[in-house]
Amino acid sequence: MNRFAALIDALVFMPSRNGKIRLLAEHFATTPDPERGWALAALTGSLSFREAKPAAIRQLVAARVDPELFALSYDYVGDLAETVALIWPERPERSNSLPPSLNEVVEALQSAKRGQVMDLVEGWLDTLDASGRFALLKLITGSLRIGVSARLAKTALAEWGTLDIADVEEVWHGLTPPYAELFAWGEGRAERPSAGHGAGFRPMMLSHPLEEEDMAALDAGSYCAEWKWDGIRVQLVARDGQRRLYSRTGDDVSGGFPDIVDHMVFDAVLDGELLVAREGVVAPFNDLQQRLNRKTVTAAMLREGPGWVRLYDILFDGDEDLRGLPFTERRARLERWFEAVQPRRMDLSPMVPFHGWEELRALREGSRENGIEGLMLKRCDSPYLGGRPKGPWFKWKRGALTLDTVLMYAQRGHGKRSSFYSDFTFGVWRGAELVPVGKAYFGFTDAELVELDRWVRNHTTRKYGPVREVSAGLVLEVAFDSVHPSTRHKSGLAMRFPRVHRIRWDKPAAEADRHETLARMVVGRDAVA
Amino acid sequence: MSLRVARPILGGMPAALHPERLPPDRWIKVLPEGLYVEPGGFHIDPVRGVERAVITHGHSDHARPGNQLVFATPGTLAIMAQRMGEAAAVVTRPLDYGETIRIGAVTVRLVPAGHVLGSAQVVMEYAGSRVVVSGDYKRRADRTCLPFEPVPCDVFVTEATFGLPVFRHPPDLGEVGKLLHSLTLFPERSHVVGVYALGKCQRVITLLRAAGYDGPIHLHGALEPLCALYERHGVALGELRPATVAAKEELKGALVLAPPAAATDRWARRLTDPVVAMASGWMRVRQRARQRGVELPLIISDHADWDELTQTLEDVAAPEVWVTHGREEALVHHATQRGIRARALALIGFEEEEA
Repeated sequence: MNRFAALIDALVFMPSRNGKIRLLAEHFATTPDPERGWALAALTGSLSFREAKPAAIRQLVAARVDPELFALSYDYVGDLAETVALIWPERPERSNSLPPSLNEVVEALQSAKRGQVMDLVEGWLDTLDASGRFALLKLITGSLRIGVSARLAKTALAEWGTLDIADVEEVWHGLTPPYAELFAWGEGRAERPSAGHGAGFRPMMLSHPLEEEDMAALDAGSYCAEWKWDGIRVQLVARDGQRRLYSRTGDDVSGGFPDIVDHMVFDAVLDGELLVAREGVVAPFNDLQQRLNRKTVTAAMLREGPGWVRLYDILFDGDEDLRGLPFTERRARLERWFEAVQPRRMDLSPMVPFHGWEELRALREGSRENGIEGLMLKRCDSPYLGGRPKGPWFKWKRGALTLDTVLMYAQRGHGKRSSFYSDFTFGVWRGAELVPVGKAYFGFTDAELVELDRWVRNHTTRKYGPVREVSAGLVLEVAFDSVHPSTRHKSGLAMRFPRVHRIRWDKPAAEADRHETLARMVVGRDAVA
Repeated sequence: MSLRVARPILGGMPAALHPERLPPDRWIKVLPEGLYVEPGGFHIDPVRGVERAVITHGHSDHARPGNQLVFATPGTLAIMAQRMGEAAAVVTRPLDYGETIRIGAVTVRLVPAGHVLGSAQVVMEYAGSRVVVSGDYKRRADRTCLPFEPVPCDVFVTEATFGLPVFRHPPDLGEVGKLLHSLTLFPERSHVVGVYALGKCQRVITLLRAAGYDGPIHLHGALEPLCALYERHGVALGELRPATVAAKEELKGALVLAPPAAATDRWARRLTDPVVAMASGWMRVRQRARQRGVELPLIISDHADWDELTQTLEDVAAPEVWVTHGREEALVHHATQRGIRARALALIGFEEEEA
């Protein structure tokens, strides 16, 4: 448990992705089985045991700590697991009993009966140090939330064992914690484990953004086009009586979308876009966002934001692996399959016929309606390859919207940018006041960041911890994909993918855009997809 | 500067201030400029210049310029002279630990507080009571200063910077071990540790040396004078190099100490992809560490943690405790539960940051 706790601690504070991969790889290299396997399972959300409820943990601590002191401490720290971890009274006799290994903890929890869990936890809290207690409490409440995705953990594993991440994902779902055969493979002691059958995730095929200079080299006749829908890419797996919905990174999101999973009454693996749609009309991305990152959903959410899948591709039809076929053949198979199965809550993403890039460019410019992010270009002969191969698939997003905004607040960045004010909140005029409409932290060069940082420091009017309020004097031309109504922002509007397009050193702040202008850019709910 | 005052005992006191017994809250007052000891005519750690001041230690929120006459340990006076030059005091009166003098009608001596070099508790006796003002203190070993000495008393005035039971500082060497481990894990990255110039800086260096790190340690320019002062006072720090003039190449993988603000600000840009560490008791709380942009929090403090605070209340066995700067509420609650009369003393001007 101590090694796991040290890993969790280090990950919590590590700002950079590469740093996290380094920490994980080091853990895999220096920690024996099965400890490292359980750690991997915890990080990928693959552990299952009886979880502890926060109320039960509060009860434990109430028996040990003066309630007034606990209340004052909780108030200061703000996080239950952390408060309990820090405040838990250490006993002098602690040094006599060894803290449990992660293996002991997991095995005991897996076989524990209801009512035994909290006794076990109490005993462990007494033998662990503060970091160990924090890791334990995070583990048993079922959410680590330390900024490591399942995908990142797998990437680290691949890096450690010099494996191909697509291979790791391919075999992943055939394996169970603590993954002894996976580590043996990574250390070259065993062959690649057999690919996961059943309802496992298959690595998804991703695309590159299309650059203008790429186009000249591409032959329009070798590519098919279809709309790029503004939802989240998903893989639908219905095999051997099991049904799963996976995100692009292989996270299982089935629990949040019973309205889709319930209708997966077929035997196939499909690729599509998860959307919220009411009677076939795609709702703004915002509506989908309300349903993401939830383990369970309420009846009201299902009613108000019904899920929908727009299908792009077919990977398996029954047992038949179609991934080696060219795109056009898979598309034909997908259409035949759809015709035969007629699945509910799903439709086919239509192909966009075109002759030549200029015609396609015009189609893309005209696609301002709801739910469309741009176009996908897929080479007609491309097999379905996991990962992001360059060449077969391109995404060609429609042109961004832009707006002249005024810089309002700046915040320190993290990691390499920790000495720079690099996160910018900007606003537009409503009457004589500025209202914030978004936040951006990229779109400028390193040299521009140095200038921006200097400007912020010289124009600070107030400081709030890491945030500085600045005088209304710098115009940022912001680019964004779309804008939606939002109840979370004071302005009532939320931008998608805002980034700094140009720094308008020349433009007076008073001439920046107004709230009404942005409001007119909102894509109506009524627009037809 | 180090002019000795020939007669530190100051003129006679009005008869009313010479009673047989007078409860301490009648002769120690909280005034806007700080704690005032009436029958002695002096302040302790006043927030602005006064006639006579007893200074517990050299941190800038305790030792301020502009006092006429300053009583303090030779170590504290040296630190004040280093930091403030002529403004430190018009006249100074060095007081060795344990040396007893009278200031006005009050008998005063200074006792080690274990906080930083020269830090002292103020032990005062007057009208049948003994009052100890702790200043800032800690109880664990520190090679850079003498250990805290508990003095039984009637009223103990304690700091409470870390006055919540969530604050328990782990063993120092384990924290320094984290830093050394990170150096092996990221050998090409500079490791910059945010430390306060007085006390924390020298303590971290001695801890690193005790843990076996004998390589050069690079210093931000603001840390150099006090390190030199510590060395003059017999605290060996090993090889120190200025970070400010070092070549960028030399700082790759180097251990660099800098004031906390510089460690995450523009100054740090000279370093190669630095790991930002911070040595402070506040690092115990993750969210707080993350807010500061710290990647490697080191829980090393020169203040007593909760267990040390409560243990100290036991050790001095005072029936009455006054709690100052920090989280007074919890410690007052704890003391009251233990049958000690306790109250919060609202002093202004103390910064929680130098912890």
